[in-house]
Amino acid sequence: MMRLAQHNSGMHVVVCVKQIPDPAEPGSLDPATKTLKRTGNIILDESDSYGVEMALQLVTNAGGGTVSLVSMAPGGETKGLRTALAMGASDAILVSDPALSGTDALGTAKVLAAAIARKSPDLVLTATESSDGYTGTVPSQIAELMGLPSVTFAKSIEIDGSSVNVRRQTESGYEEVTCPLPAVVSVTAGVVEPRYPSFKGIMAAKSKPVEVLTVADLGLSASDVGWAGGGQEIVEIAAAEAREAGRVVEDEGEGFAEIVTFLENLKVI
Amino acid sequence: MAMDNVWVFAEAADGQVKTITLEMLAKAREIADEVSCFFAGDGDDVAEILGEHGASTVFATGDLDNALVGPPVAAALAAKIEADGAPDLIMFGTTYDGRDVAGRLSAKLGAPVITNVVDLVVDGDAVAGVEPVFGGTTNVTTRFTGDAVKIVLIRPKSFAAEPAGGSAADVEDLDVPDLGNTGTATVTARLVEETSGPKLEEAAIVVSGGRGLGEASKYEMVERLAKLLKAAPGASRAIVDAGWVPYSYQVGQTGKVVKPTVYVACGISGATQHMVGMKGAKYIIAINKDKEAPIFSIADLGIVGDVHKVMPKLIEALEGR
Repeated sequence: MMRLAQHNSGMHVVVCVKQIPDPAEPGSLDPATKTLKRTGNIILDESDSYGVEMALQLVTNAGGGTVSLVSMAPGGETKGLRTALAMGASDAILVSDPALSGTDALGTAKVLAAAIARKSPDLVLTATESSDGYTGTVPSQIAELMGLPSVTFAKSIEIDGSSVNVRRQTESGYEEVTCPLPAVVSVTAGVVEPRYPSFKGIMAAKSKPVEVLTVADLGLSASDVGWAGGGQEIVEIAAAEAREAGRVVEDEGEGFAEIVTFLENLKVI
Repeated sequence: MAMDNVWVFAEAADGQVKTITLEMLAKAREIADEVSCFFAGDGDDVAEILGEHGASTVFATGDLDNALVGPPVAAALAAKIEADGAPDLIMFGTTYDGRDVAGRLSAKLGAPVITNVVDLVVDGDAVAGVEPVFGGTTNVTTRFTGDAVKIVLIRPKSFAAEPAGGSAADVEDLDVPDLGNTGTATVTARLVEETSGPKLEEAAIVVSGGRGLGEASKYEMVERLAKLLKAAPGASRAIVDAGWVPYSYQVGQTGKVVKPTVYVACGISGATQHMVGMKGAKYIIAINKDKEAPIFSIADLGIVGDVHKVMPKLIEALEGR
């Protein structure tokens, strides 16, 4: 088990954030590397903005502390990190290494866990899944690698002394979960309203520290990450069977009748 | 050639084995000679139905005393694998608990996970998973390499659940080792958000609303239409994020996967995030005022119009029947 130090100066939260190609632009896979193309506009994954906001609120409620970011990117990208720093995070670790290209969820968790450990946080927040890879396994993988408890799919988080109380999403509602700190908690999208960075925040973010580390700096070997570390290979990329567009009708007051007829023909009404 | 043995993570809620478990069992018995389940709870509660769907054995942890299931189940499986050897494949459903156990087990065993799988391709000992990307327009097939244990996370509604007529599965104890710090998360209360009508994942008709409704109070139109059609009400992520309806209503990548006979999308533009969750519907009807909305590219019937005009008339017409 990895031991995490307690801090004297308030609450220390690490938020894992991913910088992804803007989902508003059409994505594609690079046929040569079989990885998602990371050209174009790279932004902070919206899914992670909820964790950043949650962390900032928890630190404020705790009466002080810091929010640190941990991120991984093959090409040294920092634009998304600057967005989160502008929201109010204090500093960031960016693990950037060409060897990271093709890294799977477990490899990602190894890298993030090693980077998080350098910050010795009281609490680690993540999204429930990234918007581009959406494996959804990284939070529990990080927790297992660090020997920590974890609560996934948090709707709300409350710090209670040395414990954290979480409302965890379930299929039919939610459950209340408590666990001692330090812990890993994944935050469901939409549960807080992420703040917009202020102009002052954006200016301040430019000079906040971003420590750039390689895989070797973290004590990991290149065989732990990338395609080499994955234990899987993409064998085919193919167009899925497409649904055909049907009839499209402009509503001029009788659109509802089209729907009634359609449902009648299906014999569902 | 089939695999020798496959393990399936069995889940139950309110005393009922989840449909995703039975869907996975249907595929598992097609690709493997022997299928076993593992279960967080009392194996006797589920042995009959799991057996009927093709499982010969269920490894059960017994009561976990309100612990979250990820750490105990992963640790118990890892210990069993160390003692008795690994199966050819371990299948989990893409559920809250399924992802927790799969993630922890993967980290314990140094084993890769292929996620979001909608089909499995088995060729001798080689196993590959098919994963839809870019809103389901592209399928990526990923094959396991190397000797590590193979773990897959299967999306709901990927396979059709069907009983095989087997007798009750044998129940074997699955011992949970000492979990240390990882096992300290405890459930103190469970709350169910009441929904009326059929369950979203099982309804023959689903009526969903999106941002085009304009404001939270207009979701009432979706509920009225759903009631008239004996349908389940659903929602896009946009209005769940906005707090109009609970998360349990969400259809899409991060919400529920539905495969009804008819899906009615009201004021939903059709973000890829949403389409992944509903494009398996047999028929899709869409009402949206933007004729360029992506939803129209997959709808069997598209009405380009204002939901605030079309829906009240539709509701009135159905009420008059």
